[in-house]
Amino acid sequence: MFVTSAFAQESAPAATEGDTHAATGVPAEAHGTFPPFNPATYPSQLVWLAITFGLFYLFLKRVVMPRVGGIIDVRNDRITQDLDHAARLKGEADAAVAAYEQELAEAKGKANAIGQQANDAAKAEAEAARKTIEAALDQKLGEAEARISSIKANAMKEVGTIAEDTASAIVEALVGGKASKAEIAAAVKSVAG
Amino acid sequence: MAADKVDPIHQFQIHPIIPIHIGGYDLSFTNSALFMLATVAVASAFLYLSTSGRSLIPGRLQSVSEMAYEFVGNMLRDAAGTQGMKFFPLVFSLFMFVLVANLLGLFPYFFTVTSHIIVTFGLAALVIGTVIVYGFMKHGLGFLKLFVPKGVPIVMMLLVVPIEVISFVSRPVSLSVRLFANMLAGHITLKVFSGFVVSLSALGTLGIAGSVLPLAMAVALTALELLVALLQAYVFAVLTCMYLNDALHPSH
Repeated sequence: MFVTSAFAQESAPAATEGDTHAATGVPAEAHGTFPPFNPATYPSQLVWLAITFGLFYLFLKRVVMPRVGGIIDVRNDRITQDLDHAARLKGEADAAVAAYEQELAEAKGKANAIGQQANDAAKAEAEAARKTIEAALDQKLGEAEARISSIKANAMKEVGTIAEDTASAIVEALVGGKASKAEIAAAVKSVAG
Repeated sequence: MAADKVDPIHQFQIHPIIPIHIGGYDLSFTNSALFMLATVAVASAFLYLSTSGRSLIPGRLQSVSEMAYEFVGNMLRDAAGTQGMKFFPLVFSLFMFVLVANLLGLFPYFFTVTSHIIVTFGLAALVIGTVIVYGFMKHGLGFLKLFVPKGVPIVMMLLVVPIEVISFVSRPVSLSVRLFANMLAGHITLKVFSGFVVSLSALGTLGIAGSVLPLAMAVALTALELLVALLQAYVFAVLTCMYLNDALHPSH
């Protein structure tokens, strides 16, 4: 309400006053003209707007914008670079893990092979040892058997003589004569036969 | 004296500081020119000093400058495409100029450059002038296709073309009046409510108690005006982008 009444009062003489001010070349002061609609101030405002805004435009275009744009570009480049770097490092880490796993698998395989080999060797050795021992035992057994059989044979041979001696003694005691050795041997032989 | 203090129009008055007269024109360095200079100085100094570190990781002030830069850049790219980026310096300086002028105007006793129609009209004329000059330079008479929408029957053209012409011609007017009227109305309202505080306080104890209401209102209005200052700078820049898009791509 206050605004509109003030505006109504003051805008009425605006045209005439503005004209006089324009003619005298003095911008309107507080003489009742609504200032934004006072054409006397227009040339000055336009000229100073052109000067200040022109300078501002040039300053921004030449100095500020290349600088801010540069900062942002550098940052984006840096981020891309860092991401690349990180990706490369990750690739390297993955490769290292893969190599490690492969080596581990190889080592495991080797260890198994060595174990198997050792096992086989031990088995073979045990087998060989067993065989030699068995062979030695067989031999000893054979020798022992041979000895037993020879002893047995000897013993059997001696049994004949003992029987002959005993027989001749018995014959001497019973008959009182001496029986010939050949007769007795033949008799023993036929009994033993 | 009291009436003079609450006069809401007083803040818009222009008075010469250094009188200059050239060829019958009054080109005096006025308070308006002073604040144009201040606007440019503040905006330039801020943008220049805040980015002088060129830090990879920006500080607060550098962030503000970068955000303003990228904000306007994205706005222009969205509206006018990559081709429109050749107007980036123009749109960025318009945005910063209007923004800082609006914000400076919010300080008490400061002059608001953008509350004068001739200033906003000058800026709008710069935009439309750029659109027209660039449009004809790039497309020749093809720029006139701007007024002839595709796929409209010939009979309808008689109606549509004048409407398109009128809408184009009214652009500088609407662009300048929108900013001017917003700043003017906001500052008048602010002044009126602040005036109420002064005149009520003069009435004694009861008046002082009663002046709390307009004071609260003035505080709230200041916040609103801050929003308006930002919003109008944004609107001015957005519309500039859209008009520049017409210069680049005249056919609808």
